[in-house]
Amino acid sequence: MGAIAPVRESFQTEDLSIFYGTYEAVKGISLPFAQNTVTALIGPSGCGKSTFLRSLNRMNDEISGSTTKGNIWIDGIDINAPGTDVIKLRQKIGMVWQKPNPFYKSIYDNIAFGPKYHGIKGKKALDEIVESSLRRAALWDEVKDRLKDSALALSGGQQQRLCIARALSVNPQILLLDEPASALDPVSTGKVEELIKELKEELRIVIVTHNMQQAARISDYTAYFYLGTLVEYDKTEKVFSNPENQMTQEYIMGRFG
Amino acid sequence: MKSKKSRLEKHHIEDLVGRSYMAFCVLLLIVIIISMVYFVASKGLSTFITGGVSVGEFFFGTKWAPEADTPSFGAFPFISGSFLVTLLAALIASPLSICAALFMTEIVPGWGKKLLQPVIELLAGIPSVVYGFIGLSVIVPFLRDTFPGQGIGVAAGALVLSVMILPTITSVAADALAALPQNLKESSFALGATRWQTISRVILPTTMPSIMTGVVLGMARAFGEALAVQMVIGNAPFVPKSLFESASTLTSVITLSMGNTTMGSSYNNALWSMALVLMLMTFAFVGLVRLLERRNKI
Repeated sequence: MGAIAPVRESFQTEDLSIFYGTYEAVKGISLPFAQNTVTALIGPSGCGKSTFLRSLNRMNDEISGSTTKGNIWIDGIDINAPGTDVIKLRQKIGMVWQKPNPFYKSIYDNIAFGPKYHGIKGKKALDEIVESSLRRAALWDEVKDRLKDSALALSGGQQQRLCIARALSVNPQILLLDEPASALDPVSTGKVEELIKELKEELRIVIVTHNMQQAARISDYTAYFYLGTLVEYDKTEKVFSNPENQMTQEYIMGRFG
Repeated sequence: MKSKKSRLEKHHIEDLVGRSYMAFCVLLLIVIIISMVYFVASKGLSTFITGGVSVGEFFFGTKWAPEADTPSFGAFPFISGSFLVTLLAALIASPLSICAALFMTEIVPGWGKKLLQPVIELLAGIPSVVYGFIGLSVIVPFLRDTFPGQGIGVAAGALVLSVMILPTITSVAADALAALPQNLKESSFALGATRWQTISRVILPTTMPSIMTGVVLGMARAFGEALAVQMVIGNAPFVPKSLFESASTLTSVITLSMGNTTMGSSYNNALWSMALVLMLMTFAFVGLVRLLERRNKI
């Protein structure tokens, strides 16, 4: 419904501010997200990066008292404008949380859940989606013989990859990850990171992380947030090797935050 | 030697006294419960052991004539009456309670909860005689004018009970819904589900075992409620042919008849047998709740 954007990237925010009541958690941030890249949002706790991430698929709508100002452009449409079909929008933007949160259903039903909402019927079509989603999340080989088992019987790392597969099941163009590996052991973390690198070939990924090494390993661009403002944004190599801002450098070196 | 002496310091004595006192209280509680169960069981079983009434006749006989020349003790009308009003009350109250709980926690968590919470606590605190009185003066005349029959009967009893168990089911269901992890709901929203789809396919299926706990607790209350039911059900010792016919429950027949019988008579013992059935059913309800809670932990 919105006006045409002065496009730099087909997905970007422009002067985005988010309020909880009168408290301004995110202050006028403009950030582009290029196709086939991973953008890492880093910064100390409470800097607004998770709030910012949650606004990208309008998840903050579910929190009473929160308001969002500014624009979020996707393919020239402002999805932050009133009248946006939030349901349709969220099919385009998948999200995965810090703690693995599979539904209390079978592995199969966890994946088939989203497609069923969007009117996909017939066992064959659903079977295909379940298999392809699980393959894309590198979980298929581990669970193909027990698709009818409860998803809660999987290990934490498997559950998290299941949640990624679940997000992929509705074919999103964008994937939002909120500290997706912080509750996992190193081996599972490695698998999830590997997966993120593979998935960026097909879509764009925005990830919030507290793990600097992780941000350096997997992201192409890094944005450093502090107290709701964007302090620095650049290519990841640049931010980690030669940051413009003193604060960014201190945070990355672990001297602060 | 020194360390031995320090063992008898003041805080050790306090600790010992405290432990002994608590052990005594727990023991007393256990003794009371066991002796109550024993008392009811021995009284209740004497109908079958010394009274010569067969178990089959008691549970399935439909003729209740304890004071006839050849007395018969068929308690089926009361047992079936109890189950009938309890199930009907649960059927009426459960959907209402679940909707109220969803309203409080999911639809308008702000003022919805502020408004409904005190109302529900208030409902829980109203004495049962007041419920019975309201049932007698509002529900019974309404049923009498709307349906065939006298108004008093199973339907009236079930309606009164359903209002009485609303708060139980609602508060348990609301607690269960509030305990659901926030991001489980968000996962469903993030897949493009509407609020209705999220409620019906994620929230309700996930919390159903806990909600069922509330329903069973409500049924236990309905099964044991005596006064309010007795005031509106009519208390005829027959199996009703319709919902608008007078009937009885185990509790109503016990409260009505207990004062008119002499201890030790077979009439009195038959009432004890019914009390035993009530007690065993309560145990069954508690066991069911435990089972549901265990299932919910998985």
